[in-house]
Amino acid sequence: MGQNSKLVADLPQTMRQEQAARAPGLRVIRSAGRRFAVLYALMFGVSSFLLAASLWYSTIGLVQHQVESAIHTDDQALVALAQPPAGSIALVAQAIATRLASPVDTGSIYLLVDPTGNRVAGNLDSWPEGLTQMDAWYQLPVSRAGSASVALLRAEALPGGARLLVGRDVLVRAQLWRVLRNGLIWTGFLMVALGLAGAVVIRSIFRRMVRDISITSRAIARGDLSRRLPVGVGEEFDELATIINDMLDRISRLMDGVRQVSNAIAHDLRTPVTRARARLEDAALHAETMEDMQAAVERAMLDLDGIVGVFEALLRIAEIEAGSRRAAFAPVDLTQTLWDMDELYRAVAEERGLHLHAIINAPLPILGDRELVQQAVANLLDNALKFSAPGTVIDLVARLEDKVVQIMVADRGPGIAAADRDRATERFFRAETARTTAGSGLGLALVSAVAQLHNGTLQLFDNHPGLRAVICLPAQG
Amino acid sequence: MTMRILVVEDDKDVAGFVVKGLREAGHTVEHADNGRDGLFLAASENFDSIILDRMLPGGIDGLRLMETLRAQDNATPVLFLSALGQVDDRVKGLKAGGDDYLTKPFAFAELLARVEALTRRGKTDGPMTRLAVGDLEMDLLSRSVRRGEQKIELQPREFRLLEYLMRHAGQVVTRTMLLEGVWDYHFDPQTNVIDVHVSRLRQKIDKPFELPLLHTVRNAGYMLRAEEI
Repeated sequence: MGQNSKLVADLPQTMRQEQAARAPGLRVIRSAGRRFAVLYALMFGVSSFLLAASLWYSTIGLVQHQVESAIHTDDQALVALAQPPAGSIALVAQAIATRLASPVDTGSIYLLVDPTGNRVAGNLDSWPEGLTQMDAWYQLPVSRAGSASVALLRAEALPGGARLLVGRDVLVRAQLWRVLRNGLIWTGFLMVALGLAGAVVIRSIFRRMVRDISITSRAIARGDLSRRLPVGVGEEFDELATIINDMLDRISRLMDGVRQVSNAIAHDLRTPVTRARARLEDAALHAETMEDMQAAVERAMLDLDGIVGVFEALLRIAEIEAGSRRAAFAPVDLTQTLWDMDELYRAVAEERGLHLHAIINAPLPILGDRELVQQAVANLLDNALKFSAPGTVIDLVARLEDKVVQIMVADRGPGIAAADRDRATERFFRAETARTTAGSGLGLALVSAVAQLHNGTLQLFDNHPGLRAVICLPAQG
Repeated sequence: MTMRILVVEDDKDVAGFVVKGLREAGHTVEHADNGRDGLFLAASENFDSIILDRMLPGGIDGLRLMETLRAQDNATPVLFLSALGQVDDRVKGLKAGGDDYLTKPFAFAELLARVEALTRRGKTDGPMTRLAVGDLEMDLLSRSVRRGEQKIELQPREFRLLEYLMRHAGQVVTRTMLLEGVWDYHFDPQTNVIDVHVSRLRQKIDKPFELPLLHTVRNAGYMLRAEEI
């Protein structure tokens, strides 16, 4: 009861969660197709960005580095010329002049100024504004030979208060940088477009794979249980489709079972109910003595007991098939159980002039429900007793073979025709030869359900003559 | 032997039928049609046994009622009546402290036999070494049976069958009770296995003697008693 109230308390929360899952904002993320697409776009974007970044550094970075080292070398050579005792400002000025006289414009920039700031040598008109610190890198706009440009510059203080400025014109490099930057921006856009397009393609592929499953599932949900998922779309989806198909097979078997049972209930229970009703009505209308009345009532009660028996057997089978009793499975050795059954039935067999011949070889260990196995074997023995002619033999054999516990009950009665043997375990099935005997047609259905509950089987064979029923259960240990 | 029995059952027809039957059998019967009244009666008065429906209106179902009683150290034997026939339900009812369990629909003879057996069981819990019905005697220690001067040889199962019958001497014992009590079977085989075993036992304990002890009760079962019925 406490559990029930807890369930009720949990209910609104579960419903809220379901509603949240249906909210449109969250559904975008909850679509697996979109999630794959977004993931793909992200992966594509990140890898493109890394590619662009490495391209950027390997070109712009390399050029920058080369220019800086060229300036530095130049710079150091000129500073060395100014060092006393051999060097002087004049020597530096001369060197600068020589370098500038070279016919090839290497883009080099020099400026030598005296302590007062007057130009001594070089190709810059004036000391650039903003260049205040020595031994540091600057990138500044300069005016060279009348034209504006951009230069990478480095200044050095020379002995005696003069200052030296060495640089390189980097206008071309700056242009390259701009071109590259623009190019990368455009490729960026292109990458985003490609990423999105790829995402859409991926999503549609994914959806196409899922569509088959969803179309089929929807058809099944509408009641067409004959549909099955196509297998062969792709490895992972094949696996999924196979699992779903297996599940559908089982559902459809269960549905068939339910349908068959309801039909059978309609047919097989209506008869005794009709009989009981007729008896009571007849007694109510025509009974002349109290004895007649009582006899009719008693027979009607017997009919009702029969109906209850059928119901109980049906419910028992349903309970077994639901599998809930597996929870109570325990290791059991069936040896003593079977000897007890032999003892219980032997007396009846002898009473009817039959011989029950039992060979029970210990051990017979299974993991299961002793009571259910007992009932299954009892049903087989009941059948054997019912169909055996006096003077014949009934065999009860049990043994452990290849990790399988086999329990066989064989009689020498009419048996079941080969054509009927497969259907004999269906509920309410009654072979032609059994029509005239009492019974509900549920005995073998229960045996089969018990065997299946234990992951075992019930097989029926021809005993030449008679029926040989074999229950195989996986042995424990 | 008159007993005081409490019937807690909400279905009017079933309750009326049970109460009437029990009174006819000579017992004093109180009836409650919901769990609350049932619990009040069970806790405030003395009963020899309680027939309790599993499903009851009024907030207190049969299982709760019995658990409350047991928590108050009330050991009155309880027989559950239930439309829940699954094995799990039976085990649950017995585990919770019920003494017997009968699934609806049931025959009144079965209910009466079981209730009378329950009450008897409550009174003979002490260790017994010897059982006797008329001139039939059973020694539980030496596991021997004799009638008058004559020793009777029984198979182990026949011995258990007779022991069960002797422990319930003077009461009706149904086939289902024998299946459960002697063979530990909790289902009814289609074959009349019990009748055959009882008739074999009868051959041994009654055949050579003048006064039959083991009687067949029509539409109900068997009874072991010394006097004629």
